[in-house]
Amino acid sequence: MRDVVALVLVTVAFLTLPLVIGQAEHKVMAHMQGRLGPMYAGGFHGWAQLIADGVKFAQKEDTVPARADRRVFLLAPGVALVPYLVVLAVVPVGPGQVAVDLSLGLFFALAVMGIGVIGSIMAGWASANKYSLLGGMRVAAQLVSYELPMVLAAASFAMAAGTLSLSGIVEEWRWYWLFWQAGAAAVFFVAGLAELRRPPFDMPVADSEVIFGPYTEYGGLRFAFFLLAEYAGILVLCSLTTVLYLGGWKGPFLPDVVWTLIKIFALAFVVIWVRVSFPRMREDQLQRLAWVWLVPISLAQLALTGVVKVVLA
Amino acid sequence: MSGRRAGLGLAKGLAVTLRTMMKRSVTRQYPDVSPDLAPRSRGVIALFEENCTVCMLCARECPDWCIYIDSHKETLPAEGSARPRARNTLDRFAIDYALCMYCGICVEVCPFDALFWSPEFEYAAYDIAELTHERERLREWMWTVPPPPAHEPNADPPKELR
Ligand code: SF4
Ligand code: SF4
Repeated sequence: MRDVVALVLVTVAFLTLPLVIGQAEHKVMAHMQGRLGPMYAGGFHGWAQLIADGVKFAQKEDTVPARADRRVFLLAPGVALVPYLVVLAVVPVGPGQVAVDLSLGLFFALAVMGIGVIGSIMAGWASANKYSLLGGMRVAAQLVSYELPMVLAAASFAMAAGTLSLSGIVEEWRWYWLFWQAGAAAVFFVAGLAELRRPPFDMPVADSEVIFGPYTEYGGLRFAFFLLAEYAGILVLCSLTTVLYLGGWKGPFLPDVVWTLIKIFALAFVVIWVRVSFPRMREDQLQRLAWVWLVPISLAQLALTGVVKVVLA
Repeated sequence: MSGRRAGLGLAKGLAVTLRTMMKRSVTRQYPDVSPDLAPRSRGVIALFEENCTVCMLCARECPDWCIYIDSHKETLPAEGSARPRARNTLDRFAIDYALCMYCGICVEVCPFDALFWSPEFEYAAYDIAELTHERERLREWMWTVPPPPAHEPNADPPKELR
């Protein structure tokens, strides 16, 4: 019974929190650019904008290109979206408050998150469109380069806590992690952004060059799924960063869940902030950042974590 | 890309956007609040047809050939004169705003002050054919033309008054 309730709660969070992030993005972006943002749908400050968008997407025709690999094409949006739901199920929001408590939670989360990216590669390949293929290839290249630093950075957290369980990592978390794990946190967050193909790492979707890359041929609800996957991805990345580096639910006075949500949304704000502030990177800069900066930093962090662990032990 | 400089630039970028976010946005909420346009803004061309003599100069000078004028000659018996007086009467005056490039040449060239710029700009249409506006509409716009700006205080008085 408890499991069912927990899973329902996770599903509800999965359906609402990405929308909240999306709405925040509308507003924060607008203010950062000195604009208004959507103001009309639903009355007060356009709160219903994303719901209206959803209705709009649902009304649109769902077309499949004649030469497309039909099954793969239709499956891709689901493959992009569902993994994030699965990851959310293993993220703890409080002591013992997790839908599925896995002792290998971190390992599981990283493995499943990688699947989400496969959805975009499938979409790019199956669309039978050269721009989509180009976008899909870029997604693949990005996945290859950024998965490594992400996993290395996560390994550093696991090493510091001495466990792969996400709840266990939060239990072991101490305030001084903010300093000696900062490198791993930065690498994890940046690499996560790159895997979500958020600006400035949106080379694969580059709307002005490869006209939305893997998603060119998608319309209607399937396109909306990809958009939702992006926001769900932000949610997952921010919650993982919260759990690994910011001490999850730990915090004074407020209830555990509230602290988790505060930290997640603070990070989501950073994601939006970065998007507004920086222009898109070139493909070679993107690869360079991964191999010249992120991988060495994460390796150095791993070494540092090891040394500190030995000294403390 | 030297690491230190790049980091500085990134931080500056973040600071700029954060500062803009903290400021109150001053964007005019257009459909709710109408913009106050400068008196010389070029919204649409209005026709004051009483002044038009059908000289056709505007139609001829228009680079896009988007002014349509039809007219006929009317003769009025003039008392105490050997011949009746002939006078051009306007039948149709239309401007196709789908073609017009708002160069203002027609307004400049009209010798009889029959064409004016009006700041009116909300005349979007669903069909391109609906953008050809006939004289009735051009006349309505005439009432939105702002009065000419006052003379500069120290300028020469107008020639007619000298
Ligand atoms: S503004 Fe220029 S293009 Fe438009 S009607 Fe006048 S002369 Fe023609
Ligand atoms: S130039 Fe002026 S007077 Fe001549 S036809 Fe055009 S609007 Fe009429």
